[in-house]
Amino acid sequence: MAKELWKGNEAIAEAAIRAGCDCFFGYPITPQSEVPEYMSVHLPKAGGVFVQSESEVAAINMVYGAAGAGMRAMTSSSSPGISLKQEGITYLAGAELPAVIINCMRGGPGLGTIQPGQGDYFQATRGGGNGDYRTVVLAPSNVQETVDFVQEAFDIADLYRNPVMVLCDGLIGQMMEPIEWRPVPKRDLPPKDWAANGRMGRENQNSITSIFLDAEECEAHNDRLTAKYAEMEEKEVRWEEIQCEDAEVLITAYGTPARIALTALETLRAEGIKAGLFRPITLWPFPEKALHTLAGKDHIKAILDVEMSTTGQMLDDVRLAVEGQKPISYLGHAGGIMPTVEEMIEWAREALKEVK
Amino acid sequence: MAIVYQKSAGLTDKGLHYCPGCHHGIIHKLVAESLVELGLLDGAIGVCPVGCSVFAYKYFSCDMMEASHGRAPAVATGIKRTHPNQAVFTYQGDGDLASIGAAEIVHAAMRGEKFTTIFVNNAIYGMTGGQMAPTTLIGQRATTCQSGRTVEQAGMPIRVAEMLSTLDGCVYAERVCVTDIANLNKAKKAIKTAFQKQMAGEGFTFVEVLSTCPTNWGMTPLKANQWLKENMAAYYPLGVIKDKPISAEVK
Repeated sequence: MAKELWKGNEAIAEAAIRAGCDCFFGYPITPQSEVPEYMSVHLPKAGGVFVQSESEVAAINMVYGAAGAGMRAMTSSSSPGISLKQEGITYLAGAELPAVIINCMRGGPGLGTIQPGQGDYFQATRGGGNGDYRTVVLAPSNVQETVDFVQEAFDIADLYRNPVMVLCDGLIGQMMEPIEWRPVPKRDLPPKDWAANGRMGRENQNSITSIFLDAEECEAHNDRLTAKYAEMEEKEVRWEEIQCEDAEVLITAYGTPARIALTALETLRAEGIKAGLFRPITLWPFPEKALHTLAGKDHIKAILDVEMSTTGQMLDDVRLAVEGQKPISYLGHAGGIMPTVEEMIEWAREALKEVK
Repeated sequence: MAIVYQKSAGLTDKGLHYCPGCHHGIIHKLVAESLVELGLLDGAIGVCPVGCSVFAYKYFSCDMMEASHGRAPAVATGIKRTHPNQAVFTYQGDGDLASIGAAEIVHAAMRGEKFTTIFVNNAIYGMTGGQMAPTTLIGQRATTCQSGRTVEQAGMPIRVAEMLSTLDGCVYAERVCVTDIANLNKAKKAIKTAFQKQMAGEGFTFVEVLSTCPTNWGMTPLKANQWLKENMAAYYPLGVIKDKPISAEVK
């Protein structure tokens, strides 16, 4: 198939249309506004519904309504807007509604910057809303993966009746890259016989709700959700290992920093330093077992986690997975500053020096 | 023996959880009967709020969704835009609609969303135990204004039907109450008119129903009915506030 040049955000919107997205509800925010812009033109032509909402809060609740009525619904935003959607996301999870949410991350906290960032890792993987819930978080590191994941996200959401987030950073959204519209894995999806789309002669009433006032009922609901999350952890976890077979220093990174790390690996290897990259593709479920096993191998001497975050967020998951088997150092930037190849090389050398 | 009265097919057999004397039960009945009589029940999708009527999805027999606090108009937008030929309604209280959900209701009305909102205004937060609402009257006591609401502290109460009627997208707004048979009949007529206009695609339709909360007002049901007529209806005038199709002419 021929390659086409696409801008990340526009490719996200086109991918959703190709995946059969019925409706899109969004609110402008930099650096993701090309998603609603593209949707406003192209989704109605494909027979879908586009509404520019009055707020991110309204957008996610429009998604709730449409998803509850059985539609493939989507919204997109960037960090501060995703904060506003958290209430809606916990209701989607609680009511077990499928939906696709794009976060084209920018720097924070607060209004922060419109430059790319990765400071929403906790919010995405821990659930920024109230209660015990999980959302599948897919973290692409280039535009091709982004369009693949957006298409797959609808199937994953429908299969588990759960919100799925595609977490990319502003760089991916704003960057143009050659991609191809290749087929993505399809799931065997159950019918949406639970949807509140009007009875139309159906014998039973369908209702969509997340309220269970009775303590036993509420715990049973939570147990059911937890069993579903366990199944997702088992079946949906994804990661990539690059040149890890003999690596002495292991870089852990996702999204754009993982892509920058590929160049760092080349230089380090050329200098005789055996470096490898462990790239989580699903941030939740986090590839905990895979990283634990890898970190336990004798050839791994040190680990360097790299993120576009100053405090280090995925770092917590890396520590939990590594369980103290090897020393972990951290390289992080925020405010739209990218970790450079040179820095990664320097930090990797340092990390190795300390253990040798 | 002939059946002279029976419960609407629009309601389930579930027992209502509402307090004695509360008007929610009557208003539920009117909405259910209207949907049945207009032949809309089978395809109808309702959205209930957070507040006393949070469990309304158990009482209406059509498909229902329970929204987060104040967001029912956004949820209904998502439903109606993707199901344009089916009757869609929100059922919301005054805390839900006039306070936390003020943005959602205003913008749904502005866009002329083709669903119907039943706004139950009882001038207080019922479910959380009687706190001041944006519709609490001046001088009315609530647990967060125990000497009575003052203008200095909380401003004047909001007249939602009048406010929404300033928007072109809102084609029908009427305020009713259900304190007696005459008013109950007017209320039902208003609800039916709203659904008819919705299905005719005219725009956003709104029925505000003044309602009692004997429990949190600290009154008997009969006293509450009387208080509503004397005090609420004086500040919130009953009747058609707006009945007009979206103006075709844009100036």
